[in-house]
Amino acid sequence: MMRAFELTKTTVTYQGSDFPALNDVSIGADEGEIVLLLGSNNAGKSTFCRLLNGLVPKSTPAQIDGKVEVLGRDANRTSVARLATMVGMVFQEPENQLFCMSVEEEVAFGPENVAIPRAEIIARVEWALEAVGLTGYNARSPSNLSGGEKQRLAIAAALSMRPRLLVLDEPAYALDPTGRVDLYALLRDLRERYGMTILIAERDAEEMAELCDRMILLRNGRVVADGAPNAVLSGIDEVVAAGVSPPQIAHLSSLLADRFPGKTRPFFTTDDAEKEIADLVRATGSDAP
Amino acid sequence: MNVSIAAQSPPIISLQNARFSYEGGVEALRGVSLNVARGENVAIVGGNGSGKTTLAKHLNGLLKPSSGKVLIGGEETSTTSVATLARTVGYVFQNPDYQLFCTSVSEEVRFGPKNMGFGHDDESALAERALKLMGISHLREQSPVSLSLGDRRKVAIASVLATSPRVLVLDEPTTGLDSVESAQLMATLGVLRSEGMTIVLITHDMRLVAQHMDRVIVMSEGRIAFDAGVEEAFSDPDRLKRCKLLAPPITVLAQRLQAQGLLTEGATTPLQLVEQLVRVRGEQQ
Repeated sequence: MMRAFELTKTTVTYQGSDFPALNDVSIGADEGEIVLLLGSNNAGKSTFCRLLNGLVPKSTPAQIDGKVEVLGRDANRTSVARLATMVGMVFQEPENQLFCMSVEEEVAFGPENVAIPRAEIIARVEWALEAVGLTGYNARSPSNLSGGEKQRLAIAAALSMRPRLLVLDEPAYALDPTGRVDLYALLRDLRERYGMTILIAERDAEEMAELCDRMILLRNGRVVADGAPNAVLSGIDEVVAAGVSPPQIAHLSSLLADRFPGKTRPFFTTDDAEKEIADLVRATGSDAP
Repeated sequence: MNVSIAAQSPPIISLQNARFSYEGGVEALRGVSLNVARGENVAIVGGNGSGKTTLAKHLNGLLKPSSGKVLIGGEETSTTSVATLARTVGYVFQNPDYQLFCTSVSEEVRFGPKNMGFGHDDESALAERALKLMGISHLREQSPVSLSLGDRRKVAIASVLATSPRVLVLDEPTTGLDSVESAQLMATLGVLRSEGMTIVLITHDMRLVAQHMDRVIVMSEGRIAFDAGVEEAFSDPDRLKRCKLLAPPITVLAQRLQAQGLLTEGATTPLQLVEQLVRVRGEQQ
């Protein structure tokens, strides 16, 4: 299987900065994985995302040491236009990337820019709108959409380039709680239907364990944990130290293990928490010294 | 309404069947009535497009109702200038960059009281107190644009506090902050509250609401869907979902454990829940 991306001993230092934004990072992902990049402000998440589509260093100048490979190509030796057909980017605030008069124009903008034939563009627009649940919105004005719809449109605009890797930098930023749930269902659906690789940068780990296959924890530009969600969330102290909000249930599991050593098994869902705590309370009589 | 209580302390904020339409015809408020008493700690929540920001902007006269009434400190906003209303209500925008424009933090924080005609000495005292409350006295000489988002937001709040309002309205103040910055901010709001400040918080983060607020006003389609104490507000998952909201996981878990008789009270943080379990086990043994 091809690797979706691979960073090898990668260090990124922005022009005019004394400290690296990413520091000796070696990490990658297989195609089809959903990977969560967790970290506080200034941990290096946005730099990581922008390396993959060439915005760093091509738009924001930086010294890059080590290697950045995207779908088997050296990102440094690949044009931004070519990378744009491979990597779709969705930013925090959809409004910052929407600028056309209609939904259809917005979604057609990317493929038009790389001179894709008209008939193919029309087919892609329909496909992308269908994938995000905005079929029939073609003529609507983006500025009249709700926050959640704008975020879906920004994703459709990225999808119309048919990227194999979709990178989302804090995509839930402006969404209401059920809007977030819908977004995560959409991302899982994109992976199931198209085998797309998805990288999401977040500072809040709540709700994320069910979404992703892997969590990478960044702190001060370095990778401090990498693994299955439950493995990373078992080291809750490290998550908290990295300035990331831990999921409440995983946090509870860790606090209970500290307070009642050996009395509970680790849990990550509300259902499991309920069972473990019921057992703990009911077992009190029998395990009393 | 209980007349004697209402007479004792008139609400600092009162909306009476307020309606508001944006130009172009979208009706964002469809008849909202509510009272906020002095010292209350209120969250306004709701889905995208529910009208919560429109409602918040009525609380300091930034927007005036198309019909109905909004009274702030007893004054009708439609006939009172925003400058006068600002003496009662301080409004902190979601994006701090909308309100920061001076070359130094200290100038920024002094701007409000200076503009309101406080004397020089009062102005300095108010600014210093606001800087200290927000824990940013050391940033006094810095330029706001050189600061991180978290620090810029603290400056924005400090410059509103320096005008010594009686009510602080904050629109999504933790957006863009990481967990440490967000916890610091909520702790500061706790201090202000203990000093008697009325706080109105607009947020999408139900964990903050559960942990820090007393009362929740839930907006849906331009109306108040329900207005309740925080525990009751999170007690009906279906009602929340209809308003595009979800209760925080610990709140839900604590409710389920209570229903099983395993806990006697609710909990809003993992630590609170553990402390209750420690007590329960202690009592059983």
